[in-house]
Amino acid sequence: MNQHEVIETLKMIQEEKLDIRTITMGISLRDCADESVKKSCGRIRDKIGRLAGRLAAVGDEIEESYGVPIINKRISVTPISIVAESSATEDYFPFARALEEAARDADVNFIGGFSALVQKGMTPGDRKLMNAIPRALSETERVCSSVNVATSRSGINMDGIRLMGSIIKDIAAATKDRESVGCAKLVVFANAPDDNPFMAGAFHGIGEAEAVINVGISGPGVIKSALEKIKGSDLETVAETIKRTSFKITRVGQLVAREAARRLGIPFGIVDVSLAPTPFVGDSVAYILEEMGLERCGAPGSTAALMLLNDAVKKGGLMASSFVGGLSGAFIPVSEDLGMIEAAEQGALSIEKLEAMTAVCSVGLDMIAVPGDTDADTIAAIIADEAAIGVANNKTTAVRIIPVFGKKAGDFVEFGGLLGRAPVMPVSRFGSSVFIGRGGRIPAPLQSYRN
Amino acid sequence: MKAIITVVGKDRVGIIAAVSAKLAANSVNILDISQTIMHDNFTMMMSVDLAGSSVSLKELKLQLAEIGNAMGLVINMYNEELFNSMHRV
Repeated sequence: MNQHEVIETLKMIQEEKLDIRTITMGISLRDCADESVKKSCGRIRDKIGRLAGRLAAVGDEIEESYGVPIINKRISVTPISIVAESSATEDYFPFARALEEAARDADVNFIGGFSALVQKGMTPGDRKLMNAIPRALSETERVCSSVNVATSRSGINMDGIRLMGSIIKDIAAATKDRESVGCAKLVVFANAPDDNPFMAGAFHGIGEAEAVINVGISGPGVIKSALEKIKGSDLETVAETIKRTSFKITRVGQLVAREAARRLGIPFGIVDVSLAPTPFVGDSVAYILEEMGLERCGAPGSTAALMLLNDAVKKGGLMASSFVGGLSGAFIPVSEDLGMIEAAEQGALSIEKLEAMTAVCSVGLDMIAVPGDTDADTIAAIIADEAAIGVANNKTTAVRIIPVFGKKAGDFVEFGGLLGRAPVMPVSRFGSSVFIGRGGRIPAPLQSYRN
Repeated sequence: MKAIITVVGKDRVGIIAAVSAKLAANSVNILDISQTIMHDNFTMMMSVDLAGSSVSLKELKLQLAEIGNAMGLVINMYNEELFNSMHRV
């Protein structure tokens, strides 16, 4: 071990905010279904308590033993629409309450999986779940919800998307006294990954094992610092530097994931190689793009710079972990990234530019505040555009949009904590209602018809 | 468990003595030491084995931090596996 390597590692942790963003335990609830809601909810609480009871403590132990901060401990579960469908009830809210209680007992700040997969159509259970989302997100603190409305193989469910447009409006109204923050806990996906450890979109996919440990890394600050040392070099060198740095960050993730799995006696699933920003100084993805030479994130060239970043992060990460999964890439959540917030405030970053950037990064339109009077069909149409980018490019895209009740473009919203703060961004004033009103499905694209 | 201890600060009499005496008092075995003066800064790296340690990792970190405070040094101790996984393929 040479001194230079030791000092580099210490700097990453102490100055550049290298951390493990989340250890997420995925838990199957498929055996918790029952005709009685009460019995089913009881089983859900028991099972989560039994498997995840030590999660938070083990996370703290690993942090202590390796000295790497572990920011969040979280739980993802089987999409509740599947678990609840056997129950004789119209109202799925009790399942959200059961998840909330289980999360509180396990001392985790978020639990994901109040979810439905409706890319091709909706069952009665899917509809009941979707109808329960506004109450679930307004009357619980820790429950996160996601709905998958499209996949490359199935096409785009436009009926599902239209419904999501109005559900998002309902959540905004139900949490109007809290800046419509309920919407920040809902992700509308195309090509949702089954093993994503990051909230709000985490759920435990139906092809997954009984329980699994997934780890999400972070480290935008580390990448930015590495780039500061190679000012003026060409972009090949930039890509190479990011790749090397991503390798090192991911190795720490792999170490923590293996150790958490061993201590909890639960199989290791994947490491999600994602640059997840926070609203704090030194933790911004936008600043990395600016370090590459853009005056502001959102300036022309931002899509190219983001593509380079996203690709180099993946290439470095793939070599460093035996299983890479989840979203893996760079996140661009506006309200959760200091550089993005500034860029949006100054008008450098528009929803349209963000949409283009989502074609080359690992997520979608994330944590975007729009005027409260944006109508449901416009929100649905924004979701449809994102789904189209994901479906046509065989990638995950997601929409987490907040039509902030009573706010107009240019206003500022504080969500608090890791959810950050955001300027309300203007939305096109031209309507899409007739298009959305048609409903039906958009067929899967040609490139999905493979052998 | 093996750990790497780093000690950085202004050079003065008795740094190595203080750190190694504390380790010996807690039955921590020193495996390797490298020490140099960089730009007037005392810089030391120690590889230690905690297998026989009479105190917990947390307690040892606290005791080393106390020496650091008393002598104006920054003392860090991290699990060696962290460095190995990051820098060795």
